[in-house]
Amino acid sequence: MIDIVLRTENLTASYDEHVVVKNVSLSIVRNSITAIMGPSGCGKTTLIRCFNRMHELSPKARVEGKVYLIENSYKREEIDIYSIDPMLVRRKIGMVFQRPNPFPTMTIYENVIAGYILNGIKLKKSEADEIVEETLKKVSLWDEVKDRLNKKGTFLSGGQQQRLCIARALAMKPDIILLDEPTSALDPVATMRIEELIEQLKDTVTIVIVTHNVGQAGRISDYVAFMYLGELIEYGPTDIVFTRPSHEKTEEFLAGKIG
Amino acid sequence: MFYEKLNKLKEKIIEQGNLVESMIEKSIRGLLNKDRQLLLEVIQVDEPRSNENEIEIDEMCVNLIARFQPEARDLRTVIMILKMNNDLERIGDMAENIADSALFLIERPQVKPLIDLPKMAEETIRMLKDSIDAFIKNDSNLAKNVCERDDIVDAYRDQILRELITYMISDPTTIERAIHIERISRNLERIADLATNIGEDVVYIVEGKVIKHGRYKEAEGGA
Repeated sequence: MIDIVLRTENLTASYDEHVVVKNVSLSIVRNSITAIMGPSGCGKTTLIRCFNRMHELSPKARVEGKVYLIENSYKREEIDIYSIDPMLVRRKIGMVFQRPNPFPTMTIYENVIAGYILNGIKLKKSEADEIVEETLKKVSLWDEVKDRLNKKGTFLSGGQQQRLCIARALAMKPDIILLDEPTSALDPVATMRIEELIEQLKDTVTIVIVTHNVGQAGRISDYVAFMYLGELIEYGPTDIVFTRPSHEKTEEFLAGKIG
Repeated sequence: MFYEKLNKLKEKIIEQGNLVESMIEKSIRGLLNKDRQLLLEVIQVDEPRSNENEIEIDEMCVNLIARFQPEARDLRTVIMILKMNNDLERIGDMAENIADSALFLIERPQVKPLIDLPKMAEETIRMLKDSIDAFIKNDSNLAKNVCERDDIVDAYRDQILRELITYMISDPTTIERAIHIERISRNLERIADLATNIGEDVVYIVEGKVIKHGRYKEAEGGA
C-alpha cells in the first residue's frame, strides 16, 4: 500500500481567463522525491504554487478542483488545504525558490527561525538555539556558519544561501518541501551539494522539485511527472518513465526534441 | 545515488558469474559422480535463475544509462557489464548443455575413462573464475592472463576429439556416447572463449584499451 502525502483532484489553475494548469490529478508519495519536469511555460511552477496556496496571491488567480494533504498520523486524515488557514498550509508545505532569498535584514540565526518569528510563534532561547543548530546541521551548513550566526545571511555564497533557505523551510518541520528550480542559479559544484542534500532529506520530509533539467530529474527523483502545455502527460516511477515512457510527448521531451 | 546503484549492479553481475561458474562445476561433478539429482538441479533450478538474473541486470544497466548518463570509466563499466551479462547467460546455457549430455552418459557404460575432460573443465572453470576476479579487483593483468590461456583449453578439445575418433572408428556402438562427450568438450571450449571475452571487457573498463581479436599481444608490446 503506497503512502500518499498529497493528492490533487482535477486541479485547474488560471490567471484571469488564461488556464495554466489543466485538470491535474496526481498523488505524491510520502518521503519520496517527486520531480515535476517539462518545458518552460508548461505550468509546473503554477502547479506547486497551488500546493501551498501561493498561486492565489497573484492578481486574478483562480483555482478549481481539490488539493488534499494527508496527515502523518495513524488515521491518515485528508485535509482539504483550501478549507484551512493558508498560513497553516504554508507551515506544513514549505517552499524554496529559484533564486536564494535569505531575508536581507535578518542574521543567519534569525533566517533559520524566520518562520516562527513571522508567524508570531514565541520560542525560548534554548528552543531556538536547538532548532537553529539541528536544522543547520541537517543542511550541512552548521560547521561553516556556527561562528558567525549573527552575521547577515546575504554574506554567504549562492550555494550556502540556498541551503540556508532550505533550513528556513525545514525548521518549521513541514510535511512537504516544494523546491522551484532550486539549483538553476547555482554553479555545478553547489548544484551537486544541493542534490546530495535533497537525497538525504527525503527520510524526514517529502520533496517535490520543479526542474526543466532532465538530467537532474533523472539523477535524484523517485517519481517524475511530465507536464506539457498545462496538462499532466505522464506520471510514474522515474525508472519506468525514463526507460519506457508511455507517451510520445514524454519520449520527445526526454530526447530533447521539445522544451 | 548513482554509485549506490552501480555497486548494486556490480554485486548482481558477480552473483550471476558465481552462479554460472557453479553450474559448470556441478555439471562436471554430476557426470563424474553419476549424480542425477545434481544434474537435474542445474537444468531445472539454476538455468532458469540465470535467465532471470540476465533480464534483471539488463534492466539495471538501461536504468543507469537513462537516469545518470554516465561518462568515461563509469560508462565503460556499465556498457561492459551489459556485454558480460550476455556472455554469462550464454555460459549458463552451455552449462545446461553439459548437464544434459551428462544425464545421457551416466546411464550408460563409459566409452573410456574420463581423464582429459575433467582437466579441461578445471582449466575452463579457473579461467572463468579468474575473469570474474579480475572484474572484482579491477585487475587488467589477470584479465589479460585469462585471454592467454584460451589455447590450453583449445588443445584439450583437440586431444579429446582425436581420441574419440579412434574409439568411434574401432567400435561404432560408441558413436552416440562419443558425440555427447565431444558436445561437453565443445561447450567447455566455448565457455573458455566467453571467459576471454570477459577478460577483454575488464581490460577495456580498467585501461580503456581494446584487446579483442588478438590485439592483447599488441597491447603487451606497448603499441
